[in-house]
Amino acid sequence: MTAYILRRLILAIIVLLLVSMFVFLAMRLLPGDPVLMYMSSQSVQEVTEEQLELIRHQFGLDKSIPQQYIEWLGGIFRGDLGISILNKSPVVDEILRRLPITLHIGILAFIVATVVGIPAGVLCAIRRGSWLDNLVTTLSNIGITIPVFWLGILLIYAFALHLNWLPVMGYTSPFKDFWMSTKQLIMPVFCLAVGPLAGNARQARSSMLEVIGKDYIRTAWSKGLNERTIIIKHVLKNGILPVVTLSGMGVGGILGGAVLIEQVFNIPGMGRLAVTSVMNQDYPYVQAIALIMAASIVFSNLLVDISYGWLDPRVHYD
Amino acid sequence: MSQEVILKPAATEQTHRVSELRRFFKVFFNRWVVVLGMFIILLFMIAAIFAPWVAPYDPDKIDLNNALLQPSKAHLLGTDSLGRDTLSRTIYGTRISLEIGFVVVILGSAAGMALGLIAGYFSGWIQAVVMRFIDTMMAFPMLILALLIASLLGGGINNIIMALSFTMIPAYARLMCGQVISVRENDYILAAHSMGASHFRIMLRHLLPNCFPPLIVMMTMMLGTTILAEAGLSFLGIGVQPPVATWGNMVNDGRTYLLTNPILSFAPGLAIMLVVYAFNMVGDGLRDALDPQLRGII
Repeated sequence: MTAYILRRLILAIIVLLLVSMFVFLAMRLLPGDPVLMYMSSQSVQEVTEEQLELIRHQFGLDKSIPQQYIEWLGGIFRGDLGISILNKSPVVDEILRRLPITLHIGILAFIVATVVGIPAGVLCAIRRGSWLDNLVTTLSNIGITIPVFWLGILLIYAFALHLNWLPVMGYTSPFKDFWMSTKQLIMPVFCLAVGPLAGNARQARSSMLEVIGKDYIRTAWSKGLNERTIIIKHVLKNGILPVVTLSGMGVGGILGGAVLIEQVFNIPGMGRLAVTSVMNQDYPYVQAIALIMAASIVFSNLLVDISYGWLDPRVHYD
Repeated sequence: MSQEVILKPAATEQTHRVSELRRFFKVFFNRWVVVLGMFIILLFMIAAIFAPWVAPYDPDKIDLNNALLQPSKAHLLGTDSLGRDTLSRTIYGTRISLEIGFVVVILGSAAGMALGLIAGYFSGWIQAVVMRFIDTMMAFPMLILALLIASLLGGGINNIIMALSFTMIPAYARLMCGQVISVRENDYILAAHSMGASHFRIMLRHLLPNCFPPLIVMMTMMLGTTILAEAGLSFLGIGVQPPVATWGNMVNDGRTYLLTNPILSFAPGLAIMLVVYAFNMVGDGLRDALDPQLRGII
């Protein structure tokens, strides 16, 4: 077990290093001189070649690419994610302001998707062919195909503009005004949860159905066990693995969806920062956000891998 | 006489093939949602191909005297803030969405399959390198990766196609690699080896056709995923740039007039959902008809 976890950990670190290399190189492949980009606010013509050299030296751009990469990577470990091109402030400050907001919405959406999606799928499998099964299956098929940003707009139209039940958009810290914060979060969290929720329900349904058809379940029935025991102890225990994988993969969907949802509901999180930075060509932000999101996905995949052993002792660690 | 003897096995093989095909269609068209999906796709394809004849107006014609009209007989879905006909723009938007969808699926799947084929066939360090590449790409949320690449390449339809194709590569490569690893163990591959077939020939003639069923299912579903991703990028203003009508930027433009003219956002969004839903259902149907065992894998 320890060897297995260690191996997954090493693999995750390798992937993280590759991710950082990819992000670093992607930024270096940018057309144009980073120094000129940095100085774009000043008039470039007035700067002499010597001044440019000086700035290049200051930013370490006269060193070789691998050397630059190592220094950049070292900076990340010291909490230095670079400096914004636009407002010249450290990227890490702004990220730390916005990260909790995205995490707040994301974690809530993940909980909703798991807590509602998996039981819904299990229920469908148990009552296969019933009206409930048909309803949930249809809804989850729609759920994985609906454009989240459009769903957000529909919800705003119905619940904010017409019924006046919820505020149109915005974000308030729950420590400042908990009730307002919750009201503002209902729609965005729902939108963000819909995709993974539908995915979880579908996966839970199909993997439960697969187990329900197995011989040992028939044996359990003929032994006279009651339905509750069979479902919880036999079916769920054996069919949960693929569901865990998928719900772990949902983290990526939620982070990607946050980019759209934060735009729709005007939430000042990381996703919106990513979009505005791309628009303003403020690449240090784009770089930092891509890196953080990728790191959280690698980390959640690692958790999924480790939880396998805990959920299913049959899994061989090799 | 002798002719009959030669013909007979050929004939049975043919009837076998016909019954296979009949079984495929029977399973495929068995569910009404699949039929509905095919119908929706056909409808949108016709709209895309014959857009100049189907659309009642020029989608880019600005008519400020008739801006923000409510739906009427003249403008079935009303007009936007520049007086452009929403129905016509939605119909022309179909062209962009389907074009990007199909081109991205072709490019992405070709690159991904080639990568997966090589990785699965050669195993060893080649496979390790390709798998790490796949892991790396898959560590990014799809939209963030597309955003990152699109921002590097810049706007424009070709760059969006490149960005999305690149984003889709790992999914195909991973599936293909897994397929090759299982198909590789078959006796006919060993037989081909022992007859001196080249690596290239084995990969192309023996492995590829036998790995294809799950990939065709994935390609169908990816059409929907791609269209959804493109709409998301357009919605954020990073995709195909206005004034070209795309569903994503129409939804975004309509947001400003949500209270007075909700149809501006509703119509293109509904189009996105219908198309993506249709491709998903057809993909589902294909999977059931080709190989029901794939349920849960794709």
